[in-house]
Formats: sequence, structure tokens, C-alpha cells
Amino acid sequence: MTFSTMLSTMAAGMLRTCGIFFLTLLGSLPLGMVVCLLRKSKHALVRTIVKIYISIMRGTPLMLQLLVWYFGPYYLFRLPIGGWRFPAIIFGFVVNYAAYFAEIYRSGIDSMPVGQYEAAEVLGYTKGRTFFRIILPQVVKRILPAVTNEVITLVKDTSLAFTLAYSEVFSLAKQISASQTSFVPFVIAGVFYYIANYAVAFAMERIEKALNYYR
Amino acid sequence: MILEMKNIQKSFGGVRVLRDISVCVDQGEVVSIIGPSGSGKSTLLRCATFLETVDSGEIRYEGEPAVTTDEYGNAHYAAPDALRALKRYYGLVFQQFNLFPHYTVLKNVTDAPLTVQKRDKAEVHGTAMELLRKMGLEDKASSYPYQLSGGQQQRVAIARALAMRPEILFFDEPTSALDPELTGEVLKVIKQLAVEKMTMVIVTHEMPFARAVSDRVVFMDGGVIVEQGDPEAVFGAPQQARTKQFLQTYQR
Repeated sequence: MTFSTMLSTMAAGMLRTCGIFFLTLLGSLPLGMVVCLLRKSKHALVRTIVKIYISIMRGTPLMLQLLVWYFGPYYLFRLPIGGWRFPAIIFGFVVNYAAYFAEIYRSGIDSMPVGQYEAAEVLGYTKGRTFFRIILPQVVKRILPAVTNEVITLVKDTSLAFTLAYSEVFSLAKQISASQTSFVPFVIAGVFYYIANYAVAFAMERIEKALNYYR
Repeated sequence: MILEMKNIQKSFGGVRVLRDISVCVDQGEVVSIIGPSGSGKSTLLRCATFLETVDSGEIRYEGEPAVTTDEYGNAHYAAPDALRALKRYYGLVFQQFNLFPHYTVLKNVTDAPLTVQKRDKAEVHGTAMELLRKMGLEDKASSYPYQLSGGQQQRVAIARALAMRPEILFFDEPTSALDPELTGEVLKVIKQLAVEKMTMVIVTHEMPFARAVSDRVVFMDGGVIVEQGDPEAVFGAPQQARTKQFLQTYQR
């Protein structure tokens, strides 16, 4: 197999990796905010449930969670396996990353000085307006570095879809490497992840700079 | 009567911070509240502006009840909507300014009139620029708070409060977070507001300022009003030993 055939075979995997990456962000960034607000709910029961959820998501390997989402329905309910490989992967990634993002959001919200809430309250802003107009924009700026970290980790974590035999770039690299007894696919995969993360870091730096108009 | 506070009681974890305080403020009146740290001055302002809830007592703005107390001594607040509507009567200037750092000076001043009061954009913009001019900050309209000195930030905060067209403006130690050379510019604009008969309640440690600007001075200590009256009377011939003792610490 020539280098260019390897590359073109793996290109399909790269697309699938990007698919996992973007769909996970699309789902987990907003879901994380919902989780974060529930985590700060005034109902103790809601708070406790969300705390347990976050604790499990952070306390067990994502690889294990993916296996549970994919094989769980069979072992628990004897449902036929298959058909939901990709949905199971996306679901697993989204609920896992939402837990991490929720904690990042929470740290950002908790770091806001109380004076911002009080100024808004005296000016007659409702709770919702205070959150969306005054608090959230400032929280976004504060948490950006932490979010960047998480997004970079996600790029690399997409390789965990390998566990469910989904042919993203890492799975393909392993397959081709074994069949061709070649080390090159791993190099290609490595370069791909590196470039992807370079792009992520570059984009996030641009966003950070764009938000530097105030302090 | 713009503001009536009657028999206000407030405790923090068993410590009685306000013990049966009653204060009324008339249209156009400037009232300074002085007293040592921990005397309850700021807590009184925070209760008046609903940032703290009172344990018992009555608060009315323009006769509209915000808090009433039943025969068992328990305070009852008006419904949240009614309470929010009462906010149109007052503004508050904080010790720490609390400007919104992600908004320009102009947007800090115009955002609440536009989004909360839903006033006309052109009118709000004109009012805001007029206020900034009055504060000597018209050239700072497009600056961000971090680009301003503390004194400038506090003047923006005053403009922001005034843009809401309050009937009464509260100041919670407006110059305590400022370097000494910057307090003058803030006190000057407050004096100007007093000349224009803006109703104000000012918690302050600036004794000469309080004496010069106030119609009435209230001396608080230990959660009670020890003495109040005409500034010349309170500063010139205090009746209570505690007042004398406190004012002496400011003599130099």
C-alpha cells in the first residue's frame, strides 16, 4: 500500500473523527450550562442528583462509559445490539464532556464578584437578564483557558471511539498498521491530531484576544 | 415623604445590627449618615435598597409599602413584581463602583434605562450624554471601565444611577475605595447634585463634606441612631457623649 493510498483511506477516518469532535461540542457546551444551572439549583434533591451524575462521569473512564452505553441496553434489557453505534458514541461523549464543562462554568460563575449581581439588582434587571447580559459574558471570558484545555483533550479523546470499533482515524491507523506491517499510519494519525489541536489552540487564542477589549 | 423606614430590626446570626431604626427622608433633602465601622450604616442602606431583608419594620417609598410588619413582629415583603417596580424610586452608588466591565461607559449608563425601563433609545442616549457631560466624562463615553481612574469610575456609577431618574439616590461610602486625591472630584459632583436639590442619603466618613452638604446628619452607633439633626448642631455642639467622642477621633 502506497503512502497516498494510506492517506486517502485514513482521510475518511479523519472526517469521522471531526464528526465526533464537532457533534460532542455542539451537544456538551450547551448541555454543560444546563447541568451547571441544575447543579446550582435551590432544590437539594436536584443538586444531589446532578452531583452524583458529575461524580460518576468524572470518576469512571470514558472508555468504560462508551462500552456501557453501547452494550448496556443488551445486557439490561436484552435489546439487540447494533444500529446505535454512532449515536452511542456521541451520547457517551456529550454526557461525559457536559459534566466537565458544567464544572468549568460553575467555577466561572462562582468567581463573579457579588457586586455585579447587586448592581444589576438595584438597577432592576430581572434574574434572567442579569445572567445573560451581565454575568454570562464575563464568565465566558474567565473560563476560556479552561475550556481550551478541555477541547484539546476532546480532540485526543475521540480516539476512544476505537473501543466501539468505530472507524475513526485512530482505529484505521491501527488496522492499516497491522495489515501492512507499517508504522506510517501511526505517524499520519499523530500528525493529524497535532494539526487539529494546533488549529484549536489557534482559534481559542483568537477568541481570547477578541475578548481582551475589557478587563 | 420619599422614604419612610420605621422600626427597622436586622440581625446577622444573632448579632443585632439594626435595633429599631426609624428614618424618613423628604423630597430634596440631603441626609448624611455617619458613625464608626460596624455601626449599621451600610446595612441600613442595604435594607433600604432590598439588598438585605429586614427582620421587622416598615419601608415605604412615596407611601407605597415595600415591607410591612404583622402584629407578631414578622416582616412581610411586597410581591416580587411590586418590589421590582419600587426600584424605580431609588438608585444606589456602591463603595466599589460595581460598573459592568464588559460595557463601555455609555452602555453602562444606558443599558438599564433601555432594557429595564424600555425607554426611547434617542432619549436615553441624550440623557446619558448629558449626565456624562455633567460628570465631566463626555470624552470617556466609549472607554471601558478599566481604562478609567477610580474617581472617574465612581462618577460613571453616579451617572448610571441618575440615568434611571430615581427620586432618591443612596451613596454607600462613595469615596472610601478611592485614593485621597481622587475623593475631591467625586464629592464635587455630589455637592452639585445637592445644589440641584437631588434627594440623597449618603453614608460617609468624610466629615467636612457631610457637614457642608447635608440638611441633616444622622449619627449611628451600635445599631441605633444616637443623635441626629442640623449638621451645625451635630458637628458644632453634639449633645451625646458618644457623638462627641466619635467626632473627636476626626479632629486633627
